[in-house]
Amino acid sequence: MSIHTISVLVENNSGALSRVAGLFSSRGYNISSLTVAETEDSAISRMTIVVDGEESILEQITKQLNRLIDVIKVIDFLDDPFIQREVLLLRVESSKNNRHEIIELGNIFKARIAAVTHTSVTFELTGNRQEIEDFILMVKPYGIKELVRSGTIAITKPKK
Amino acid sequence: MKKTGAQIIIDALIQENVEVLFGYPGGVVIPIFDVLYDTKEIKFILTRHEQAAAHAADGYARATGKVGVCLATSGPGATNLMTGIATAYLDSIPIVAITGQVASPLLGTDAFQEADIVGISRPITKHNFLVKSVSELPGVLKKAFHIAKTGRPGPVLVDIPVDVSRAELENYQYPQTVSIRSYKPNINGNFRQIKRAVEAIEASKKPVVFAGGGIILSGANEELLEFAKTTNIPVTTSLMGLGAFPGDHDLFIGMPGMHGAKAANYALQECDLIISIGARFDDRVTGYVAKFAPNARIIHMDIDPAAISKIIKVDIPVVGDAKNILSSLIKIVKKRDPDSWNEQVMKWKGDALFSYIKSEKEIKPQAVIEALYKETAGEAIIATEVGQNQMWAAQYYKYKKPRTLLTSGGLGTMGYGMPAAMGAAMAFPDSVVVDIAGDGSIQMNIQELATLSINQIPVKILILNNYYLGMVRQWQDLFYDRRYSATCLLGDYNGAQNAGSGNFSSKYIPDFITLATSYNVAAFRAEKSDEIVSVLKKGLAVKGPAVMEFIVSPEENVFPMVPAGKPLDEILEG
Ligand SMILES: Cc1cc2nc3c(=O)[nH]c(=O)nc-3n(C[C@H](O)[C@H](O)[C@H](O)COP(=O)(O)OP(=O)(O)OC[C@H]3O[C@@H](n4cnc5c(N)ncnc54)[C@H](O)[C@@H]3O)c2cc1C
Ligand SMILES: Cc1ncc(C[n+]2csc(CCOP(=O)(O)OP(=O)(O)O)c2C)c(N)n1
Repeated sequence: MSIHTISVLVENNSGALSRVAGLFSSRGYNISSLTVAETEDSAISRMTIVVDGEESILEQITKQLNRLIDVIKVIDFLDDPFIQREVLLLRVESSKNNRHEIIELGNIFKARIAAVTHTSVTFELTGNRQEIEDFILMVKPYGIKELVRSGTIAITKPKK
Repeated sequence: MKKTGAQIIIDALIQENVEVLFGYPGGVVIPIFDVLYDTKEIKFILTRHEQAAAHAADGYARATGKVGVCLATSGPGATNLMTGIATAYLDSIPIVAITGQVASPLLGTDAFQEADIVGISRPITKHNFLVKSVSELPGVLKKAFHIAKTGRPGPVLVDIPVDVSRAELENYQYPQTVSIRSYKPNINGNFRQIKRAVEAIEASKKPVVFAGGGIILSGANEELLEFAKTTNIPVTTSLMGLGAFPGDHDLFIGMPGMHGAKAANYALQECDLIISIGARFDDRVTGYVAKFAPNARIIHMDIDPAAISKIIKVDIPVVGDAKNILSSLIKIVKKRDPDSWNEQVMKWKGDALFSYIKSEKEIKPQAVIEALYKETAGEAIIATEVGQNQMWAAQYYKYKKPRTLLTSGGLGTMGYGMPAAMGAAMAFPDSVVVDIAGDGSIQMNIQELATLSINQIPVKILILNNYYLGMVRQWQDLFYDRRYSATCLLGDYNGAQNAGSGNFSSKYIPDFITLATSYNVAAFRAEKSDEIVSVLKKGLAVKGPAVMEFIVSPEENVFPMVPAGKPLDEILEG
């Protein structure tokens, strides 16, 4: 099993999302994250899919994605160097006593403060998967009230 | 020109040269049927069940190579099409299914006869469309036909809300061309890969051609024949490929797989090179995959990149249309003379690819098929149901031309044969069209006797009546200690009383002769082996449809058999 980040360019049609999702669900595969939005061409959407699965089966799924009529292009980032980002919104319990400590922790991770109340601090953090997970781990002991993660988005590294 | 959605639909069918449409009416498609009422260019066939309409469109497509079309109403009409669509999908058959849908403003409200049919059909169609406005309709219909018949063919469904059928479009014109930027099937094989394939062929000492349904879909049978003649390489074809290579040719070594010929299976296991063209290494063919063709390199020519290395790791893939690839191949491949490998394969083949123990008294089902082959001079279009009848039809009829065997290979749909034969007979009214059926399968769409009768569609139905769901009973016989649970069609609940005793109640249920007669269809029954030929002659001589029933030895099994999960050379032989 290995984690793949797959980017799919599709025609911006109503059925496209369920067609793509169906190729994973029909095999009992769970998509761990999925992000969809328009590209620079509003008739085309990009889906970025993160999925954990058997190498050979994911290769098969990639071919089948290519076969879908709405699909224009598929990139499995495993083969290419790529830049990936996620956004985290995280609300952690805090009081007068530890507010500074928590904000300091956020600074180390370059998290922005999105909101502060008497009882909580809400952070906004952009980073790769690992950075996001590390931050969550560090904040956890203070008590996480709510946590929202976006899916991963990815782009190839520019050729030098 | 100004036209309503319903008029556009029918005009599109005319523009696409659709000669015959199979279907069933209902509330939201009344506007379409209203247009059909005055349409002379298209013959409409009212089936007695929507499933049959889909199979008939499929049978028409398989027999002609053109796109078959069916039409049904929303909700239950559309869900009734699904088995037929899935059948076409698994065998890569081009059909267009048009379904009515509730009015657009009601979508998603559990409206009367609403079902999310694009959702339901998504995994069993090559593509589908929900038409949201009448202005989209011409383009969508054009795309639907284009997608169905190009690349790896398949069914396309177009779901049309009733308000779209009723709406008017100014300046209607059916598009002449179609371009879909995200859909560009690869037709020409990469020449470097073709050269690699030729090198491998010339280096091989023990080559075998494994040809499949893709040869028929591509129309590549003549190229295949020329390739085989030039190289003298033995040819096996999958069930779906029967007819892609002449069944009476010296180089033909039968179908491989679970119920395939010994010659084909041994050849695949022993060869050092498989040249696979338009076949997809189905598990019915490979047996235990890890032990499939252990010494062979594999060349795989297929139009669908997703078919390559799906089951079996391929050494030399060539993606493209079989006819194109084979045409290039035969220009450069060297002549090869028959050698000791050919001798070996012919030894495996022996006098006949298949054999059975004959009987003077009982009717052996295999004998019926052999007699049918003789009586029709091997020229009939054969449709089959599913089960033992299908396997005997594959083993004992020799298919000399493509598009002469119509059978549900991938989905294995009981009830497929009679409506598929109906579709073929609509296209070829002067050909002999026979549905080879089991007594179980035929009852799944028996209502179509009415359609055959009323329209005098000359389909001949050959029922091998063994009182059993024979293929399942065979598995119970061989692998479940003869516990005939729910497979005897005449016995009590589990058929145990009758198992092996041959003591069936003398009453036939149904009595196919009376049943056919009630539909005004001529019917004949043979109970003894010396009646086989006369019943065939009588049935085949009928101008319209006819039923020919053969009471066969009830516990006859299909052999050879490679049990599921075993390698191809572990063959049971009765
Ligand atoms: C009861 C039962 C028993 C069966 N037993 C057997 C058995 O013993 N032996 C057997 O062989 N089958 C058997 N089958 C059938 C089996 O299940 C499969 O349907 C069959 O083997 C598939 O045939 P195929 O490989 O030719 O593929 P098809 O389903 O015919 O697929 C066609 C292939 O050709 C490709 N193609 C399409 N168009 C083109 C083109 N223009 N150019 C190139 N390629 C193209 C497609 O991409 C696809 O890969 C049985 C079925 C049933 C129901
Ligand atoms: C719609 C459907 N239901 C169930 C099956 C499973 N099945 C495969 S073969 C078979 C028995 C077919 O019996 P019959 O039509 O009498 O043919 P026979 O095998 O006796 O020739 C069954 C039940 C199937 N293939 N299709």
